[in-house]
Amino acid sequence: MIRYALGRLTSLIISLFVASLVIFAVIEVIPGDPAAFMLGVNAQPDTIAALRAEMGLDQSVITRYFGWVTGLLQGDFGQSWTYKTPVAELISDRIWVSLPLAIYALILSTLIAFPAGIFAASRRGGPGDVTIMGATQLGVAIPNFWFAMILVLIFAINLRWFSAGGFPGWDNPLQALKSLTLPAIALALPQAAILARVMRSSLLDMLGEDFIRTARAKGLTRRQALWRHAVRNALIPVLTIIGLQFSFLLAGGIIIEQVFFLPGLGRLIFQSISARDLIVVESVVMLLVFTVIIVNFAVDLAYAAVDPRLRAKA
Amino acid sequence: MSILQISDLSLRIGPVDILHDVDLSMNHGQIVAITGESGSGKSITALSVMGLLPRGAVAEGQIMLDGADVLQTSEPDLCQMRGNTMGMVFQEPMTALNPVQTIGAQVAETILIHEDTTRAEAHARASEMLERVGLKVAPTRYPHELSGGQRQRVVIAMAIALRPKLLIADEPTTALDVTTQARILDLLQGLVREFDMGLLLITHDLAVVSDVADQIVVMQKGRVVESGQTQDLLVNMQHPYTKALFEASSHKVQLPARADAPPLLTVDQVARDYPLPRKALLGPRPNFRALDDVSFEIGHGERVGLVGESGCGKSTLTRAILGLEDVQEGRISLDGAPVFAGKQPNLAVRRKMQVVFQDPYSSFNPRHRVDRLITEPFHLLDNPPLGKARDVAIAKALQDVGLSPGDARKFIHEFSGGQRQRIAIARALIIEPELIIFDEAVSALDVSVRAQVLDLIADLCRKRPLAYLFISHDLSVVRSVTDRVMVMQAGRIVEQGKTEHVFTTPQHPYTRDLIVAAPQLPELPHALDPV
Repeated sequence: MIRYALGRLTSLIISLFVASLVIFAVIEVIPGDPAAFMLGVNAQPDTIAALRAEMGLDQSVITRYFGWVTGLLQGDFGQSWTYKTPVAELISDRIWVSLPLAIYALILSTLIAFPAGIFAASRRGGPGDVTIMGATQLGVAIPNFWFAMILVLIFAINLRWFSAGGFPGWDNPLQALKSLTLPAIALALPQAAILARVMRSSLLDMLGEDFIRTARAKGLTRRQALWRHAVRNALIPVLTIIGLQFSFLLAGGIIIEQVFFLPGLGRLIFQSISARDLIVVESVVMLLVFTVIIVNFAVDLAYAAVDPRLRAKA
Repeated sequence: MSILQISDLSLRIGPVDILHDVDLSMNHGQIVAITGESGSGKSITALSVMGLLPRGAVAEGQIMLDGADVLQTSEPDLCQMRGNTMGMVFQEPMTALNPVQTIGAQVAETILIHEDTTRAEAHARASEMLERVGLKVAPTRYPHELSGGQRQRVVIAMAIALRPKLLIADEPTTALDVTTQARILDLLQGLVREFDMGLLLITHDLAVVSDVADQIVVMQKGRVVESGQTQDLLVNMQHPYTKALFEASSHKVQLPARADAPPLLTVDQVARDYPLPRKALLGPRPNFRALDDVSFEIGHGERVGLVGESGCGKSTLTRAILGLEDVQEGRISLDGAPVFAGKQPNLAVRRKMQVVFQDPYSSFNPRHRVDRLITEPFHLLDNPPLGKARDVAIAKALQDVGLSPGDARKFIHEFSGGQRQRIAIARALIIEPELIIFDEAVSALDVSVRAQVLDLIADLCRKRPLAYLFISHDLSVVRSVTDRVMVMQAGRIVEQGKTEHVFTTPQHPYTRDLIVAAPQLPELPHALDPV
């Protein structure tokens, strides 16, 4: 088990290193000089050159890469060119919106998907199964921002239970959670639909396995065999999807953040790209990559917790 | 007193009749074997007794087990009976256990769901049961850490943990090696005596049946065609199907004599290593030696057998001979040329060799027609026959294996298992190779079909000199179709010699173990009329 974890940890570190190289290289080759962009179309060449020197853009690529990475390792993400504030500050403001939103949505989607998937699988072909599968089909097909607008229309405008957007900050946690509820539901529904389908098909595969027949021959009822033997075995593909979904929820909430006027990471990155604020873009993307890799590491550990066969392998 | 009494059991799934008026009766302490070929209804009879019929199956008649009619019992009551009154052991030990639970927990579960006892007590009794079935590993192990034979012992422990009155074993040893099979059969016989339970043994293997059963029930196409006490039935079998089954099981083919010829294939001190996972994070990768100092020759037109248990290196050797993988030491050459050239098989040599695999269905692409399937080896030729010549070659190959040229435009699913294996042989023969490797080529076939395919092979030898390497775990088959035999154990060839000589006077202890462990059909008192 420890060897397995160490092995995954090594691959985590290598992934992070490769990711930093790729992100830096991609930002390097994007057309558009940030200094020229910031000074506008009528800027004099020598003014641009002076600003480039101030921003450190005249240094060699290698120097800048190492400067960036050493900064990251020390928690120094650099200074935003447009906001004129440390990037770390910009990110920490916004991650306290995006991260709780992603976790909230993930919990909701799991809470919906697990019972739905297990119920559908245990009543394969029955009316319950058909209904749930029909609903998930809709959930997969309908985009989440449309859900978001419908939710706003019903719960904010008509019923007035929630506010239509904005984020009051964490000073009042209940109020903060409440303002994240509609966005979390909008994000969670399509994810729950996918997850329920994966759970169902994975369970059905397991129910066809020989060891389920063995369990039935021992005297377990259909239901007992499902809960005691099929569910845990069915979790492996489900965990994979949960890991992928978390990454998506963290970075991909950008449209939902726009719909609900939430000051999250998605909006920050969008604004920074428009303003050629490359330091912010680099750092936020690196942070997202870091989170995704950490989540994958956690999923790998969860695999091993579920399946003893993986613990044996290095 | 009878423990199980099946009367007039009929069963259908949708419009298809599966069983017709099956009758069977057995007592405490008795072993009853149901035998027959695939599709005869043996397994579905067993599942009917367990009340574990597939969806949509409708059964009529009576299955009296311990005073209750299984067919009239409600599902909750059946759950009470399963594991308690009756237990079942299945064919595939590799998949019959839950991979994420320890073996101890899985045995204890049988006890826990039926009896009001503590977890600790159940685990203690599970350990005792695992010991009783001869398992020498800790109950905290997981199934993937065990061999097939060990897993089958766990499944048996689960089935007998509550000392059921009836144990059903569906092909319990078919997936196991002969020596393991012998030990598992011993165990089952011992348990029957000790617990005084009934054992309903489902198997296609007549040698096993004659060895262990008190009573034999022969089934064909869902009907019981003959049944009786083993000794009586063996001496005095009545039904033509029973006779045909026994005849096919002890089928001996007539191989044409062969003149001595120079060597065709030379395998010289070959070793093959597979890398294992690293022990330390950045340490060296240890190797597993799958083949170790293997040397032998096959002459032109010589028929050589290779026997050994699973994992002994038979398949590795096949891949090495075909030039699919390089070897770490030694040389393999055919007609003097190496089989492996650089990074791929040496095509000049490869076209002189063909292979026939075990599973006749999965070794074909289901979307291609037979003519395309059997002409696949043509890509090995520099000038493959085209147009008319290709059609002639296809027709000849199909006729050689007893099929008609009209079959060329059919798909593989339109054929039976035996016909598929004939097509596989046609595919191997079409470029007239000098050497064919039969890798467990008849192992998946029913006995009567197997006899026909073996006859076909002997026939082909009569038409032209054919050298082959016949790999099988079935000693009796190897004995009848080879001139010389090699015995392999843990990557080494421990004995080789003339087939009859090796079988009658084995030198190596491992060879002797194999021969002793293989169940044998008794000499039948009078010649059976072929049907």
